[in-house]
Parts: sequence; C-alpha cells; structure tokens
Amino acid sequence: MQRYKILFIVSVILLSGCASLGVQPWERDLLAKDEMALTSSPIDAALDDHIYFSKEATSGGRSFGGGGCGCN
Amino acid sequence: MQLTNKTKPHLKALLTTATCALLGTSAQAATENSWEFDTAIMHYAETDRVSATEAIIAGEKTFDNDEVLNLKLTIDVLTGASPSGAAAQTSPQTFTRPSGNGQYIVDADTTPLDDTFHDTRVQLTGQWTQPLLEDYIVSLGGNFSKEYDYMSASLNGNLARDFNQKNTTLSVGMAYAYDVIEPEGGIPKPFSSMVIGNSDDLGFDEEFSQTRIAGDETKTTLDLLFGLTQVINRNMIVQFNYSYSTADGYLTDPFKVISLVNTNGEAQEYLYENRPDKRTKHSFFGQAKYHFDSGILDTSYRFMTDDWKIDSHTGEVRYLIPLDNGHYIEPHVRLYTQSAAEFYQPFIHQGQALPNYVSSDYRIGELDTYTIGLKYGLPMGKNSDLSFRLEYYHQAPKHNGTDEIGELKNVQLYEEIDAIIAQVTYSF
Repeated sequence: MQRYKILFIVSVILLSGCASLGVQPWERDLLAKDEMALTSSPIDAALDDHIYFSKEATSGGRSFGGGGCGCN
Repeated sequence: MQLTNKTKPHLKALLTTATCALLGTSAQAATENSWEFDTAIMHYAETDRVSATEAIIAGEKTFDNDEVLNLKLTIDVLTGASPSGAAAQTSPQTFTRPSGNGQYIVDADTTPLDDTFHDTRVQLTGQWTQPLLEDYIVSLGGNFSKEYDYMSASLNGNLARDFNQKNTTLSVGMAYAYDVIEPEGGIPKPFSSMVIGNSDDLGFDEEFSQTRIAGDETKTTLDLLFGLTQVINRNMIVQFNYSYSTADGYLTDPFKVISLVNTNGEAQEYLYENRPDKRTKHSFFGQAKYHFDSGILDTSYRFMTDDWKIDSHTGEVRYLIPLDNGHYIEPHVRLYTQSAAEFYQPFIHQGQALPNYVSSDYRIGELDTYTIGLKYGLPMGKNSDLSFRLEYYHQAPKHNGTDEIGELKNVQLYEEIDAIIAQVTYSF
C-alpha cells in the first residue's frame, strides 16, 4: 500500500511537471544564448556528419545529411 | 591581435562583395544587413590509410523580416589507402587496380589496402528560411556536390510550427537526393572475378571489360524527418526526431571485393561485392541541453535500425565550460556500436554456395567506435571567435562469428583503426 502511495505521489509530481513545461518569454535569457542552440556549432556538426557517414553504417538523425559522396 | 582587428573588416567586406556578386545583388545594399561568416579547415588522418582535408566557408545573412539565407561552400581533398575488402594472407597478394590500369602487391599479414584514392570534392549548399503566417517557419534548400567519379544533388523542405508561447515546436521535413557514380574503369559485374595479370598484355583489356556491366550507376534517396522540440524550463531544452530514409538504386561499393578461399584459407579469387539495391532506415534521435551555472551539458542518443539488419546505437556528450577570461573548453565523448548487415561476410569459402548479396566491407560489419576530443575557443574582438578542435577516433571491427579456416587463423581479419581529427574554425 505504501508503495502505491509513493507511486501515486511521484506520478502526480511528474504530471504536474509536464503541465507546466516551458517558460515565459522573459525567462529565455539562458535559452537565448547561442551556446544553448540545439546545434550550436553547425560547422562541427557538418564535418562530423561527413566523417561518420563515410566510416560507419549509420548517418543522419539530427537533420538531413550533407549530401552523398563516393567516400572511402 | 591588432593586426587581426585591422584585417578583419577588410576580409569581411571582400567576402560580402564576392557573395553579392554571385547573387547578383548590390554589395552596398547588402552590407547594411551584414553577413556573418564561419570558416573552418579540418584535417582527418588515419594511421597508414586515408587522410582528408576539408575547408568550409559558410555565410549567413538575416534580412529585415527575419528571413535567413545560408550559403556554404565545402572543398575536400582525399588521398591514401582504403581497404579493398580482401582478407589478409600469410603470403603476399597481387591485385588489379579498380581502373584496370596496373597492379599492386600487398605484403603478407597485411590488410589489403588500395592506395589509389585521390579525389577532390566541391560542394555547394544553399538554404532559405523564413517565418510564415503567425507561428510557422518554412525552410527550403538545395545541395550539389561533385567529385571526379561522383555527383550528388538534393533538395529539401521543412515546415515548423510553434505552440505554447514557442515552448513547443513540431516540424516535418523532406529531402530527395539523386546521386551518380561513375568509377574509373566502370561498374564491376557482381561476383565476377578480379582479372589479375599484366595490363599491357594483349587480351587483358578484353578480359577486364568482361567484368564490367556499365559506365555509371545511379541511386535516389528519400528522407522524411519529424521533429519535436520542447523547452522544459529556464535551463533545459530537449528534442526528439524520427527519421525515415529509403535509398533505391546502386548501393554497392564498386571498389570492394571479397576473397574466395579454399579449405586452407588461401585466396583463390577476389569477387566483386554485391549489395541489395534498396535500403530503408528508421532512426530515433533524442537530445537534451542543460545550462548549469558552471557550463552547458549537451547529450544525445540515436538508435537506427534498417532492413539490412543493421542496428546501431550512438551516444554523445559535450560539456562546455566557460573560463574566467572569456575563453571556453569543451570536452567531447562519442560512443558508437553497430551490428552487421545480414549479408556481411569477411570472406567466402569455396565450398559454400554463392549468396545473393555479399560484402566484406568492415563498415557494414559488426563495429564499435569511440571518439574523444576537446575544443578550445576564444573571442577575437567584437562578434568574432576562434576555436581549435582535436579529436581521437578509434574503430574496432568485431569478429562476426565466422569460423576462420586454415591460414586465416593466423592473420588479422578485423584490424583496428586510429584516426585524428584536427580543426580550426574562425567565425566573424
């Protein structure tokens, strides 16, 4: 019983967390930084994509790849 | 330092003029909404194998109504040796170059590498992004690249919609690519045997051309991408993507062969590989960024599965640490593991019936890799930034369970590879 109570409390906390996801426009000071962009170094990401595309069997996932090549 | 500050506006003005000339607009009008540039040079070098140098110049311009134009030019030069796919042997082996012009000999106990790779690739990318209606952002782009024996062209489009005070963004995108491969010496006939002999001999050319089926081949790739971005709180943002990718056409590597061995493990012939002409991949990508007081944590994970039976897991962590003097360091770790394609085999045994598809390319075999690296960045005056990146990349191909026979027990079939990635980036 105790276990269910804890589970219930945790669920409520998690759900109420979901409902209040996000920030007000004036709370975006940190998120607005360039370093907080999801792809903060597009050049590094493009170069890495090209390397791993030609050296491993998987590519993409984050965005569209940079185009094919006859890489060896 | 002073020198840099003096030369910088000059370089920027020059690039702006050049870009405007290409676009057919007036430089004077464009300098009012100035361009921002990222330039980088990267060197990738494997021990005793391939090395590549890649230079990028990318420009971004934001117009009055938040429209953004991105243009990028990439040039890379590749040289060095790449595995041919043949298995190592306890005695030297002779191979014919993929072009049919000449032979090369590989020492005993050495992974056969073909050292004829020299290529220069030029790539142009353009992307236009703009707001649409109240909460939408639309983006359209194209990509074209050309190297000596390869051409790739693609178009992409993406639509994103913001919800919940821009805390939630849903996006959908599509890309379509058309590639042409035109290898020197033509496209080899799958499972045909590499012709070995003096290429000056009468009859060699005739025999060689019988192993060829075409001068070029093509493939098309369709990608779909569905994304969700969610702001969690003042410090945290997350992203989830599902992507679907299907490639149709020539997916075989025309330069790769596979050893056909006898019961002693001795190579009798080298057969050109053959892969299916269709591949469909599903990938699930998640990323979270968290702003701590002491730095920014960037973590991501990707799971990919495809109908060649390759599954892969990729995990990546970066931690950006600002230093007191305005500089920063960013350690980086990447771990990757993949299972083998169902048609991967390190060699074929003579007693075995030939499969429909086969490849001994270690890149579609069972493989673990890791990367560790460090980036160091420093501001160089107003709006410009210099950074250095150094990474170590290790590839460990894994034994796929195939029993080695005869002399193959005494050679290294799954050789590990080390590579260094060094990069300098200057943004202004």
